[in-house]
Amino acid sequence: MDRHPHPESREAVSREETTLRVPFLLDVEYRYAVGQYGRRFFTELRDHARLMGVRCPECERVYVPPRPVCGICYHELHEWVEVGPEGTIVGWTVVRIPFIDPMTGEQRPVPYGFAIIRLDGAATSLYHFLDETDERKIRVGQRVRAVFREKREGSLRDILHFRLLEE
Amino acid sequence: MPRRVAIIATGQTKHAARRLDVNIAELITEAVTRALQDADLTMRDIDAVLLGNMEPFEGFLFPELWAVEGWGGYMKPSVKFNTGGTVGTTTAIAAYYYVASGIYDTVMAIGFQKQSEGHTQTAITTVGDPIWERSVMAGAIGNFAVMATTYMHESGVTEEQAAKVAVKARRNACLNEYAHLQMPDITVEDVLKSEMLAYPVKRLDMCPQSDGAVAVIFAEESKAQRLAPRPAWIKAVATAHEQQYMGDSPKRLAEMRSLIAASRRAYQAAGITNPRRELDVAEIYEVASFAELAMYENLGFCERGEGGKLIDAGVTELTGELPVNPSGGVLSTNPIGATALIRVAEAALQIMGKAGRRQVEGARTALATGYGGNAWTDILILSREKP
Repeated sequence: MDRHPHPESREAVSREETTLRVPFLLDVEYRYAVGQYGRRFFTELRDHARLMGVRCPECERVYVPPRPVCGICYHELHEWVEVGPEGTIVGWTVVRIPFIDPMTGEQRPVPYGFAIIRLDGAATSLYHFLDETDERKIRVGQRVRAVFREKREGSLRDILHFRLLEE
Repeated sequence: MPRRVAIIATGQTKHAARRLDVNIAELITEAVTRALQDADLTMRDIDAVLLGNMEPFEGFLFPELWAVEGWGGYMKPSVKFNTGGTVGTTTAIAAYYYVASGIYDTVMAIGFQKQSEGHTQTAITTVGDPIWERSVMAGAIGNFAVMATTYMHESGVTEEQAAKVAVKARRNACLNEYAHLQMPDITVEDVLKSEMLAYPVKRLDMCPQSDGAVAVIFAEESKAQRLAPRPAWIKAVATAHEQQYMGDSPKRLAEMRSLIAASRRAYQAAGITNPRRELDVAEIYEVASFAELAMYENLGFCERGEGGKLIDAGVTELTGELPVNPSGGVLSTNPIGATALIRVAEAALQIMGKAGRRQVEGARTALATGYGGNAWTDILILSREKP
């Protein structure tokens, strides 16, 4: 005997009024260590509004986020160099769909500009916010500049957003 | 030498936005029972069970424990896989290794997700590195959209060409009794006019969130030949990873390094030099319409920058030279932990000649991919011929 009735008949059972609900809210707080490389990066950002990367001695790629090993050459990375604060847009969007911001548990206000940014001097890109929400005014290849917060506390959000530069 | 391995049976649930009629264990049972029936086996015939699921989505930790009644794992060796979008293919490749190793003869791979029980966008955002990515990540859709503009810029594909992919998927899904989004009347115009979520991605460009499960049974050579009239032999498997942060991959969709690396390794192992000609069907992990076009290019189905032209020419339609996602793909059905294993199941159905109304006539060689994590790729090539 078929213990599993035809899919359609099961679909028909999926009505709200047959559902018993048990409300359940999970509120969890996490704390993460930023690590040695993160500590240097975020201290520079907080104290001097400077963005730093690490350079590979072999391929000369500069990595942001800074990290201990080059993923291409497997060399240890020790040489710190400043990158940005200007850069170039590699990809962009304007987010219009609302969603929960995992940093706050609240809905993030939309719309907002969002981009993949290649900081000057870096081989990698950083994802961050743009100060523009008009799709007609943003394009790949456009120059941008980091705008730092007045009061910084050592997080990626010490960068308020990236401002589009005049052409 | 690894032993020869084949897929001998598959089972899927009816995938839907909300399967309120079943809990997770019961959802899994539905797929497992159908897979066992497909090969006329019982759980006693299964030597080991591998489970694929992304726990953050439902917040249902230890599914191997809480849902054991559903997947029948009592007293059986089992491992759980949790690798992001690739969960399902990772589980399939592991099942292949289990059997190829000679330690187990018959292994069941299961993938499931019940997204209606959790919060998908938030869960995906928490997948990002907590220090470097999470504070600015824009959920699955925003993150995908920034890559899509890079790809459009590099290749010149248009929103219309992407919309054609979305239409193909939802129409193909009408031929698949298990698919979630079936839209027989959908048009390119509908896709272009659907709500803008994050430029250039509109609601109908994006995959849905689904509840669903899939089970696939792998067997060694003699069992496969005895139990399946036409087994789907595993000809090649390959996995490739990217560097760890989202911004490490220089062009994201426009140059999917892990997809290029894994597919070329798999093609070489399977003796494929011209994938467009030598593959008969592909089931690929396209979470959005734009991704499918980028994947055509990166899988070598066409030259770089020609992804849009391939869909324009109808090459990847069910009736085309190389049908892509006759099942309706991820754009029609996306229970994340099951999604990539559904690709494998659908590719196997094509080889076994059991794909019903979505069958590609005479399919002998099929490609299945998984894509996710931080731009990670799994590839399987299935064949009617023994490797």
